[in-house]
Amino acid sequence: MSPFIFGRRAIRSLSAASVEDAAGGRSLWRDARNRFLRNRAAVASLAVLVLLLVFALFGDLFAAWSNEEIDWALLGNVAEEGAPSLANGHYFGVDELGRDLFARTVQGTRISLMVGILGALISMVVGTLYGAVAGYFGGRVDSVMMRIVDVMMAIPYMFVLILFMVVFGRSILILFVGIGLISWLDMARIARGQTLSIKKREYVEAAVAIGVRPARIILRHVIPNLLGVIVVYATLLVPSMIIYESFISFLGLGVQEPDTSWGALINDGASQMQYGTLWQLLFPLFFFVVTLFALFFLGDGLRDALDPKDR
Amino acid sequence: MSAPLLSVRELGVTYRVRPGGSPPWARARALQAVRNVSFDLAPAETLGIVGESGSGKSSLARALIGTVPASRRQALWQGADLLAMGAEQRRPLRRDIQMIFQNPLGALDPRMTAGEIVAEALTTHERGLPRHEVRSRAAAMLERVGLLPEHMNRYPHEFSGGQCQRIGIARALIVGPRLVICDEPVSALDVSVQAQIVNLLQDLQRDLGLSLIFISHDLGVVKHIADRIMVFYLGRVLEHAAAGELVRAPRHPYTRALIAAAPVPDPAVERGRQATGLGGELPSPLAPPSGCVFRTRCPIVRDACADEVPAMREVGEDHVAACPYDAG
Repeated sequence: MSPFIFGRRAIRSLSAASVEDAAGGRSLWRDARNRFLRNRAAVASLAVLVLLLVFALFGDLFAAWSNEEIDWALLGNVAEEGAPSLANGHYFGVDELGRDLFARTVQGTRISLMVGILGALISMVVGTLYGAVAGYFGGRVDSVMMRIVDVMMAIPYMFVLILFMVVFGRSILILFVGIGLISWLDMARIARGQTLSIKKREYVEAAVAIGVRPARIILRHVIPNLLGVIVVYATLLVPSMIIYESFISFLGLGVQEPDTSWGALINDGASQMQYGTLWQLLFPLFFFVVTLFALFFLGDGLRDALDPKDR
Repeated sequence: MSAPLLSVRELGVTYRVRPGGSPPWARARALQAVRNVSFDLAPAETLGIVGESGSGKSSLARALIGTVPASRRQALWQGADLLAMGAEQRRPLRRDIQMIFQNPLGALDPRMTAGEIVAEALTTHERGLPRHEVRSRAAAMLERVGLLPEHMNRYPHEFSGGQCQRIGIARALIVGPRLVICDEPVSALDVSVQAQIVNLLQDLQRDLGLSLIFISHDLGVVKHIADRIMVFYLGRVLEHAAAGELVRAPRHPYTRALIAAAPVPDPAVERGRQATGLGGELPSPLAPPSGCVFRTRCPIVRDACADEVPAMREVGEDHVAACPYDAG
């Protein structure tokens, strides 16, 4: 896709917005969307991420081999004949066991994106609610809730995660549980800090004066006004979740063979570097790096779009 | 006077503050924002409260509405003590006492449309009201305060200050309150818009039989709308009288200074007037002067003023002032 197409899309949605203006209001969200669409890097990153998602979901349809099938013809001869080739259907080459790297990359992308998105989602839901409740009620409630967060943060999560893996066996479920347990802590702190400033605003006081109940004030007044910050932070959290998972898989504790993830693929590729099969490292690394860049640019674009005055 | 709607006795508001830059182990100091305020408010009456910034006007309003804790004695709402109630007990009564805020835009949630803001007040007190009725009543209320039905779907940042204040008024009035506390409702607005909002409030008060507590630092606005005026200084009431009487025959030196400071809308008269403004600044409410709080700036100060807090003295019919010396 060329930038030209993005430009046209932006213009089209701008004019659509101004047509809707005549009827209804122009919400802050719509303003933010227009600003976001004007940011080329961010829109391009979004497109990259969409392509990546398509790759993860439908990549299998194009794969000539499955992720666990060993190409016996190439086994033992990977360095000479296992390089990327359209002819034998190994578009990304094969790994050191002769398995198709394309199929494995598709499958690894799936796991890594799932870990990233799930971690960010858990942190958004749990962290935001937890932080908003602590910040809104303040006083003793706040102290107790935030001390719990502090205690959990003080525990070295990698250690706990590895312990989990050892005790409960290595499974993707345990990996998700572990990541879910730690991912919301930072978010809770951020949400609490923002809530402290939001609860002093006059519109919250107005809601209290009207007699709106605390639960509703948190859900209707505090959280929608937090969301700008939260969404931005969540996009920045996705890469860090992917990195956690990659690190754990890199240590050999993450996903189990024949399943794989970016971290595991990069680990395998790195260990084969000296045999001249560099493609085993470069293909997964390329996807990993591109995704991280795209997510960072997306987060940046969202921040600029949602808080234009904070730049 | 008929039975008072609201009867406040010796109300005080005290904040615990730590002065900036003090070490964390320092004891919090008590800031008495409001001391010893008493008044009665009759149905359909307007009480004006005048005072400088920092004189405790807004703290009084917030204590009545229950968003800051008040100390001392009682505030009787038709016989029920508001200050003794818990949050849940108080909730149904909030319907009767509503507030209009100083910052028109800041008091509206930026993520909600005007219609949603007004509807929220309604659905909070009348649960289970059908959707279309909420909508039509919100629309009717917005129209009543001078907005158009198509404004329902707009967001606060698309309105002017005056329009935002109209939304604030609609939100306060849709639940059918008996008393509306207006905390500097016009001070953030242009003068021309101020007049519109004040007139709107007066119309609504007449039509709905509302009581108003109208807070402002602008004596000119207050005397236009209020039946009685209370003059605040550093958390204390210095003078309290019927509006006309207070403006015509002020008895406290501070009130005199306030009236003298108001510009006269006639250049010839204005040019001939002598500048009688007060010197000095409002003292820190953390360390108020001993005795009479006004003595540091008073033109007729005497030695005795530092010793004793002057009592409220009856100086005329329904007219009290906290100054033992007649400035005559």
